[in-house]
Amino acid sequence: MARAVSTRRKIVTTAVAWAIGLLIFFPIYWTILTSFKTEAQAINNPPLFWGFDFTLENYAVVQERSDYMRFLWNSVVIAGGSTLIGILVAVPAAWSMAFVPSRRTKDILLWMLSTKMLPAVGVLYPISLIFVQFNLLDTRIGLTLVLMLINLPIIVWMLYTYFREIPVDILEAARMDGAGLRQEILYVLTPMAIPGIASTVLLNIILAWNEAFWTLTLTAANAAPLTAFIASYSSPEGLFYAKLSAASTMAIAPILILGWFSQKQLVRGLTFGAVK
Amino acid sequence: MAFGTALRAPTALALGVFATAATAQDTTITIATVNNGDMIRMQGYTDLFTEQTGIGVEWVTLEENVLRQRVTTDITTNGGQFDIMTIGMYETPIWGANGWLVPLDDLSDEYEVDDILPAMRGGLSHDGTLYAAPFYGESSMVMYRTDLMEEAGLEMPEAPTWQFIREAAAAMDDPENDINGICLRGKPGWGEGGAFITVTANSFGARWFDEDWNAQFDTPEWNEALTFFVDLMNSYGPPGYATNGFNENLSLFQQGRCGMWIDATVAASFVTNPDDSTVADSVGFALAPNSEGVEKRSNWLWAWALAIPAGTQKEDAAQQFIEWATSKEYIELVAENEGWANVPPGARTSLYETPEYAEVPFAEMTLQSIDAADPTDPTVEPVPYVGIQFVAIPEFAGIATEVSQEFAEVYAGQQSVEQALENAQALTNDAMEAAGYR
Repeated sequence: MARAVSTRRKIVTTAVAWAIGLLIFFPIYWTILTSFKTEAQAINNPPLFWGFDFTLENYAVVQERSDYMRFLWNSVVIAGGSTLIGILVAVPAAWSMAFVPSRRTKDILLWMLSTKMLPAVGVLYPISLIFVQFNLLDTRIGLTLVLMLINLPIIVWMLYTYFREIPVDILEAARMDGAGLRQEILYVLTPMAIPGIASTVLLNIILAWNEAFWTLTLTAANAAPLTAFIASYSSPEGLFYAKLSAASTMAIAPILILGWFSQKQLVRGLTFGAVK
Repeated sequence: MAFGTALRAPTALALGVFATAATAQDTTITIATVNNGDMIRMQGYTDLFTEQTGIGVEWVTLEENVLRQRVTTDITTNGGQFDIMTIGMYETPIWGANGWLVPLDDLSDEYEVDDILPAMRGGLSHDGTLYAAPFYGESSMVMYRTDLMEEAGLEMPEAPTWQFIREAAAAMDDPENDINGICLRGKPGWGEGGAFITVTANSFGARWFDEDWNAQFDTPEWNEALTFFVDLMNSYGPPGYATNGFNENLSLFQQGRCGMWIDATVAASFVTNPDDSTVADSVGFALAPNSEGVEKRSNWLWAWALAIPAGTQKEDAAQQFIEWATSKEYIELVAENEGWANVPPGARTSLYETPEYAEVPFAEMTLQSIDAADPTDPTVEPVPYVGIQFVAIPEFAGIATEVSQEFAEVYAGQQSVEQALENAQALTNDAMEAAGYR
């Protein structure tokens, strides 16, 4: 039964929620705003919130200097590819852990997660050498594989948690009706876990899209994604904040839009199983 | 658009490229570079190079620190991703000594290698062999507000002392109008605040190491230098200067909030550009200061230079590009299309003999500053290392970053000068011992 909430309380909580939301959104808002200023206005003190002439010049400069579409395409391929392969590997793994656990399942899960605790730079040389050996440097396939491996523990963990919420009885019923393992996973488990899988996919696309260590380290001219595009506008000697902001806005726009349209799915997936 | 004009520029035809175009057809070289004005400008002209030689050029532009890590990894793992790397004066002699770079010892006669400024050539060589060609070079100097100096009734000498700088800072400091007497770097990092305090120490007679690689932070000279700096900045510097680096100070100066700023000579073209700077028409220049009675001044020397990593398959094409990009003719090309104030400075003697360039307000002081810097003799007392604002050994970047963090804690009021120097002394000696120097 819903609890009665006073209007005053509603107003307060709404205001607090909005304040927190705006605070979190502010850096993005500021980046977008700065991208429409001139370089001099971008560093103006006090900061300019309004009263400046909107200019599209930064976008024109960025567009002229860099091949945005090439970076974008690389980001799409790498983020999408690594997530897709990751899901294909993780669904069977999570299924076995959730429904036919062994004595060591918990240990394996923890061990998988422990690989995330090592700073990426710790394996910089081994990975670089493997890449050199197999001619994977500056290739989309190489980067896709690395990002898939890096995000795999998270994918498995998330899927495992979702699968655990699904009653085993339903799967057993399917088996009683003569479903094989493949059919069980494909036609019974997967449809039921769609919200969980969808949010896992979304979260991993975002993680892969924003990954800025390996994508900068293992690429040069051919496979560089949008993170490299942003990095090329950062300058320790010279104030190019407006252009940097324009580049950042262009780089985050696709993922921001994706997030915007799928936010319901994301929130539902992320809070799935939180309330029992 | 400037770039469009450039393509049609008559200089394009005259621009010398010193090898036959036919040999290099269908070759594409990849160049790793940093994001700064001169480099970006050059990217706009590379179509001309491709037109004349048939060599395609791919650019990978990265932030300075990312670039360092990226190219170091590439070199040490034999990745072969880059045919040309943009590296600085710190890396060049170290990497040259390691055999990581192709020696630039058979440059063509037309290139006139002797035209490279001696200080630059010395800093980019190891054992007399040039390993990288300077694209542009810089030193550091004093930039000051001529209007505020006049109001204060002072006149900036061409070669000021720290004591005068302090006096001028006191006179120009005007907190009510939001004007700081002086703005200097305090931000941690060997290339940021670390570089500045190192050159300041040089000009107080201090040094990083004695001839046996013992750290020297326990000397009175270091104490005097750091105490002076902290006192100067606490009295007349901007609040929170412990986190100010080049860009933060540039921003402050351009908004008219600094009486003086001592930093890279390359900043001169920014602060005198009326599009970005509110004080463009009232900036004067002077040599970086020294402490009274100390012969060494606090000006550094730096160059962004183009080098060829050993192991590239396209050495010839890479060398052709380097000869083109760092040639006299390239400078003329930029001058013709964008004016003399926009050519890459600090690399060639002939540039400073060009009458048109002499009219650029900061040209003379830049040259004097570069000439006054000698990386092979940076300190009053002898040292076992090369480098002015750095020590050209591989361990330095790590050590100096830690030391600059200790100092930044002093700037932020979290520890005393003595404590910071004691910590710096201990950590430097430990690191040098571990690395086998002591």
